[in-house]
Amino acid sequence: MAKIESAFFDLSYLENLAGGNTPIHRLDPRIKVLTTAIFMLCVVSFDKYIISAMLPFGLFLVVIMGLANIPASYLVKKLLLVSPFAIMVGIFNPFLDQQPLLQLGTYTITGGWISFLSILLRFTLTVSAVLILIATTGFNAICMAMVKMHMPKIFAVQLLILYRYIFVLIDEGLCMHRARALRSFQRRAMSLKTFAHLVGQLLLRTLDRAQRIHLAMLCRGFDGTIRIRQILCIKAADLFALAGCAGLFFIMRYYDLPEMLGRFVTGLIA
Amino acid sequence: MSHHIVEVQDLNHTYPDGTKAVRGISFRIHHGESVAVVGANGAGKSTLLLHLNGYLTPQTGTVRIGDFPLTKATVANIRKTVGMIFQNSDDQLFMPTVYEDVAFGPQNLGLPPEEVELRVVDALNRTNVAHLRERPPYKLSGGEKRAVAIATVLSMSPDILVMDEPTSNLDPKARRALIELLGGFQHTKIIATHDLDMVLDLCERTIVIHEGKIMADGPTVTIFQDVELLAASHLEKPLRMQACPVCNSSAQAI
Repeated sequence: MAKIESAFFDLSYLENLAGGNTPIHRLDPRIKVLTTAIFMLCVVSFDKYIISAMLPFGLFLVVIMGLANIPASYLVKKLLLVSPFAIMVGIFNPFLDQQPLLQLGTYTITGGWISFLSILLRFTLTVSAVLILIATTGFNAICMAMVKMHMPKIFAVQLLILYRYIFVLIDEGLCMHRARALRSFQRRAMSLKTFAHLVGQLLLRTLDRAQRIHLAMLCRGFDGTIRIRQILCIKAADLFALAGCAGLFFIMRYYDLPEMLGRFVTGLIA
Repeated sequence: MSHHIVEVQDLNHTYPDGTKAVRGISFRIHHGESVAVVGANGAGKSTLLLHLNGYLTPQTGTVRIGDFPLTKATVANIRKTVGMIFQNSDDQLFMPTVYEDVAFGPQNLGLPPEEVELRVVDALNRTNVAHLRERPPYKLSGGEKRAVAIATVLSMSPDILVMDEPTSNLDPKARRALIELLGGFQHTKIIATHDLDMVLDLCERTIVIHEGKIMADGPTVTIFQDVELLAASHLEKPLRMQACPVCNSSAQAI
């Protein structure tokens, strides 16, 4: 129960972060969405054995987090929460790909381990980028930005309503969970049968609520389209930021900066 | 003005499972009247209210709102005239921010943006929640949600307000504020409720419903003194009209 509840508060926390007022928060949401998209494309397009060339992207995220006042501990917690998915994706690489790539003393590092690390790094970069996007923009503003960029409105409306009612749904689910926990005494695990009843009950309540919400919309003249207020405007600074970030990403994508730095430093020493 | 009347004649409604929720209800409510609909749980109050804004169309009998009989063709017009306030405000506030929620109705009416802005500001001011404008609805308190829900309806400038349990789940202060707010409105008001003390404050006329039929229809004060009628309809006198158990003083004279 504690887990569900803390997940709920985390969601509100993310929304609180989005209410901040830093240069990053003030950028136009569309610019931030586009920048995030380019960032992700660059990161996922690297070859599967690449690690070092991706590191500057991590540095970029750290700088943005600093500018936007986003606590790293929060981000790390979220990353750990979803990391099992990435680990599952890459866990078999070390076994399948036994080709030796690197010799460290007596240890041989195979291509599998390198690509596994590469997957984890990509995962960390992309998920952090999205979390930072939401924490500096807010979910609703992102939806609005996507509508402006011609995402079909129906998706936007679905997302907006989902985001509005997820709080109500979690509340309702928590209530039912608490009611069950209070009457099940020593037995902590929920039997499958009880679980089925709870979920069924929640579904029925959700259907009822959906009907009432639809009624409320009809009462106010709903005719199938939701008109979302659009107050976005792109300033010169926004375009400058987009161009700057995109340029930086392409440089980081096509030049292996850490390697160049390494060569430069070793060149100085030699 | 006589055209804001609400007239229901011999209305019946049977749900698909066979429950007869409304059986032959008739009444006529005039312009500017404030009427309470009271009755036990499951007496048919909510079903009756759903007819008043066209969510349900009469199976038999007629409903007339203003100059229009309620049919599929007039439903859009009727929804413009009748503002409905739901028992659960969460059902009514479905947009991401308070502003957008209040603007939802006027935008659907096809009003130009400046007019929408005017109406939203006016509605929020009238319900004293102008400061909540940019907040997301899930962060509001119960009383604030109720006030915003009323603003969403006011922004459409309805002539008739229909409310389902407006004071439920409110703390006493929020309840008092709501009663004062509603008391200041000039609209025709139809309020379904169990809060009989609020009825004393707001409604000069009361309709008592029991098992889908009208048990009584008359001045609130007369009805609330009829102990037998109240008992038969699963109600009791408003607390203010009962003797005080602590100081033993008799009930307040109404």
